[in-house]
Amino acid sequence: MELLPTIWFVAIAVLWTGYLFLEGFDLGVGMLMKLFARNNTDRRVLLNTIGPVWDGNEVWLLTAAGATFAAFPLWYASLFSTLYVPLLLVLVALIFRAVAFEYRGKVDTEKWRNSWDWAIAIGSFVAAFGIGAALALTTTGLPIDANGDRSGGPLSWFSWHALLGGFGVVAFALVHALAFLALKTDGDVRHRARSWFVRLLPFAVLPMLGWMVAVQFLSGKPWTWVLVAAAAVAVGIAWRAAKAGSEGMAFGATGAFVLCATASIFGAAFPVVIPSTIDPAFDLTISNASSSDYTLGLMSIVAAFGLPLVIAYQAWTYWVFRRRVSAAHIPEAHGFLPAIASKVLAGDKGPESPRSGA
Amino acid sequence: MEALEIARWQFGITTVYHFMMVPLTIGLGLVVAIIQTLWYRTGKPEYLRMTKFWGKLFLINFIMGVATGIVQEFQFGMAWSEYSRFVGDVFGAPLALEALLAFFVESTFLGLWIFGWKQLKRGVHLACLWIAVIGSVFSAYFIIVANSWMQHPVGVEMVDGRPVMTDAWAVFTNNTALVAVPHTLFGALGVAGAFLLGIAWYHLWRRRHDGIDVVRADGTMVPGEAAIAGRDKTDYTVWMRSLRIGAVVAMVSFAGTAITGDLQGKLMFEQQPMKMAAAEAACHDGTGFSVLSVGNLGASNCDDIVAVIEVPGILSFLAKGDFTTEVKGVNSLLGEYKEKYGTHLPDNPLYGERAGQEIQYVPVMEVTYWGFRMMIGFGGIAALAALLALWVTRKGVVPESKWLMRLAVFGILAPFGANAAGWIFTEMGRQPFVVAPNPDMNGIDQVFMFTAAAVSPGVTAGELMTSLVVLTAIYAVLLVVEVKLLVKYVRGGVASAMPELTHAAKTKDNDPDSGKGDGGSGPDTSDDVLAFAY
Ligand code: HDD
Ligand code: HEM
Ligand code: HEM
Repeated sequence: MELLPTIWFVAIAVLWTGYLFLEGFDLGVGMLMKLFARNNTDRRVLLNTIGPVWDGNEVWLLTAAGATFAAFPLWYASLFSTLYVPLLLVLVALIFRAVAFEYRGKVDTEKWRNSWDWAIAIGSFVAAFGIGAALALTTTGLPIDANGDRSGGPLSWFSWHALLGGFGVVAFALVHALAFLALKTDGDVRHRARSWFVRLLPFAVLPMLGWMVAVQFLSGKPWTWVLVAAAAVAVGIAWRAAKAGSEGMAFGATGAFVLCATASIFGAAFPVVIPSTIDPAFDLTISNASSSDYTLGLMSIVAAFGLPLVIAYQAWTYWVFRRRVSAAHIPEAHGFLPAIASKVLAGDKGPESPRSGA
Repeated sequence: MEALEIARWQFGITTVYHFMMVPLTIGLGLVVAIIQTLWYRTGKPEYLRMTKFWGKLFLINFIMGVATGIVQEFQFGMAWSEYSRFVGDVFGAPLALEALLAFFVESTFLGLWIFGWKQLKRGVHLACLWIAVIGSVFSAYFIIVANSWMQHPVGVEMVDGRPVMTDAWAVFTNNTALVAVPHTLFGALGVAGAFLLGIAWYHLWRRRHDGIDVVRADGTMVPGEAAIAGRDKTDYTVWMRSLRIGAVVAMVSFAGTAITGDLQGKLMFEQQPMKMAAAEAACHDGTGFSVLSVGNLGASNCDDIVAVIEVPGILSFLAKGDFTTEVKGVNSLLGEYKEKYGTHLPDNPLYGERAGQEIQYVPVMEVTYWGFRMMIGFGGIAALAALLALWVTRKGVVPESKWLMRLAVFGILAPFGANAAGWIFTEMGRQPFVVAPNPDMNGIDQVFMFTAAAVSPGVTAGELMTSLVVLTAIYAVLLVVEVKLLVKYVRGGVASAMPELTHAAKTKDNDPDSGKGDGGSGPDTSDDVLAFAY
């Protein structure tokens, strides 16, 4: 087995794990904006838990994609072009979600906020679903031909694995976010998050477990089966921890769950990066899809320094913003006070009436 | 339309759009970091207000750059799979490093800066902004390294028909990139300069218009106070200083783009002579720079193009640094290109229906000719306007004329236009290649790729059309939203980014931003950070 492609296969699995672990909870919090939060104060509590970090979390996705391009250009090219339609939906979702975080508070009307809240909730759902589906399909198979291109129409990639992966990531994100909220907030939101977590967890992990098992049946190895079992144990630990009120432990355990999940899935798929559902001879593997050793070596050196650094300063961010957020910290929305209300560029005359106070 | 054409339109539209947000992010980020540093060192209230106000606009714009950047990252694989396969070994590395070494830094430290006004010490807080800004400069560097490799492929060897990186140092110090990076950064500063200038002018004009500031008989200004939060005497200083900073930045940046642009021209003459000729619509060999050419620029045989006004020697100067070297025109280059790279596209299934078609080596000359002139022209206009603005306001007074004010505000668009024109020229001038051949380097001359072979073979025209329509529609809507929000916050003035000013005005506190502390003084100061963040 070639060493460098193997290292990069592991590195990409690590990047996806980081992505699902980190953006997992902010995607979940996004969906909970509509499912869980009951009023604007709740929503602002939710937003404040992820406000400083969500963009940094999203870069894990960009890095996973970029690293795939650099280390396995043929994997990147085949996966992204084959899944053109679902990835377009993911892009649209991510665009709206990002803009919504920034813009929702910029105009002080119920309608404006409500629209952007939906953008956050739906955007988070679609992004989680699409990425889950894409990851599931790259581990279970796509209709690619000898050149690595899709054969069949825009939807020929579809299989029930896509649903498992899609719902797997969505449901995981929801419970991971509930654990996160229980850990990061105080007061009512914290308590409700914990009780929701306890109730939902046993069901929410099922689709992802299903995906894990499906991949094992296709290409599992003994050690990856062990990881499936470990994932199930992590769920048990998370559930008991949450019941016992130890929120840090519960969040850590859902994290361990996703770690076992990605390890078992990528481990089982290895060394194939996209199985071809047309002919196994067309499979893309770490050997026939990878870049040259020179490029991989260069990337390895940079990543060996870069990735630990990223983890260190991102961890520091979480430390800086470690304080729990609660409704008590959320002030009244301040009214926006235009110093200049009139439409100057449209050409009106005369001094405007001074406005002050709220 | 065919898949190829749609994919090209999509790439062009989404990238030009992304590059409307990016220069403002880079340029304004740098300016805000400098202003916050001034505040840190002097403690003067106007610098805090400037940091908050320009910082707020910076954030409104930043998020759009993030949202549209993701599309760029995915698009290579989605629409240009054959391209990605061909170049992946070299091109993927800078892209991955951009994410790993630049985007992480940018997004993480910006998060710390936005939300950390309270949690971080002042010095650390300032450092976070600087780190984020440096991150954005690095991201520009990495992406331009990638782009420059397409303009001038170096550091590779052909193995099994694909370029394989053999010399990373050559790729990352590509001379094309080393001049394009400063050129682009200066271009970005130009955007920020005009932005500051236009908006500051508007506010100063508005203060006069509203009767807050009064002009004395000797022509100097007496700043006044209005009974509105944030429209006090300090407010005058805020805008006057912003105006001056903006004007200086705009002028310096134009000088910077001119110097680095000259270097780029010289490289282009060596590396992509056809682009140089097309930029000039120069059919025949010569030395003159065309100020105005007429005729059918779109025609591929360029016999009917006439240079109406031509300055002899200037083209040679652009290309070579003297006034006499003959610069090859389109007609003599055409023969060379045909000889080197063939007259017809290869009979390869990758080219689909285009296989065997004749190759069109001359880029669309309307675009290259006018793109080049618009880049320089818009940049020059902005710089001249900045100079005039400094002169006119030398006594601290902005003229009462509404038309001048409008001109200043709409002038904000000029450097945006220059940037877009420059890129459109660069990218379309490279056609018909997506990876341009490198005629100078012996041996690796064969590293090139025709755009016609780059598109994803498995993706249908329908899919591409759907995404083109969807993305363009979303981008159009979001542009309207962004501009509306920017206008709203510009009108709101400093108080819109600093509710603490309003609290202070209400409670008749002392000057709330008297230097120390991080701004607020009321009981609900956490509101101030949130108001800044969201
Ligand atoms: C405010 C923006 C701005 C301004 C005022 C200028 N440029 Fe520019 N130019 C750009 C913004 C830009 C750009 C958008 O940033 C480009 C596109 C690709 C690149 O590297 O920078 C560019 C490209 C570009 C290229 C193409 C390089 C290539 O295709 O390989 C040349 C030759 C010049 N510029 C030359 C100039 C000259 C001689 C200028 C004289 C004043 C000038 N530019 C002003
Ligand atoms: C720096 C990174 C960039 C890379 C790697 C890049 C790469 C590409 C690629 C792959 C294409 C499609 C193939 C083609 O039609 O030639 C393209 C086309 C294009 N790009 Fe760029 N580009 C970059 C930056 C930009 C920027 C910043 C702009 C504008 C602001 C821009 C404007 C365009 C346009 C207008 C086209 C369409 C050209 C045509 O179809 O004739 N590019 N570029
Ligand atoms: C076509 C090639 C390009 C790709 C693939 C690309 C990719 C991206 C991505 C993925 C982001 C979002 C980062 C985040 O989430 O924080 C982004 C933002 C950014 N890009 Fe691009 N980009 C391209 C062109 C350019 C060019 C030509 C430049 C600069 C010269 C540039 C500079 C930036 C900067 C500074 C940001 C962060 C700030 C902002 O978005 O406003 N990009 N880009």
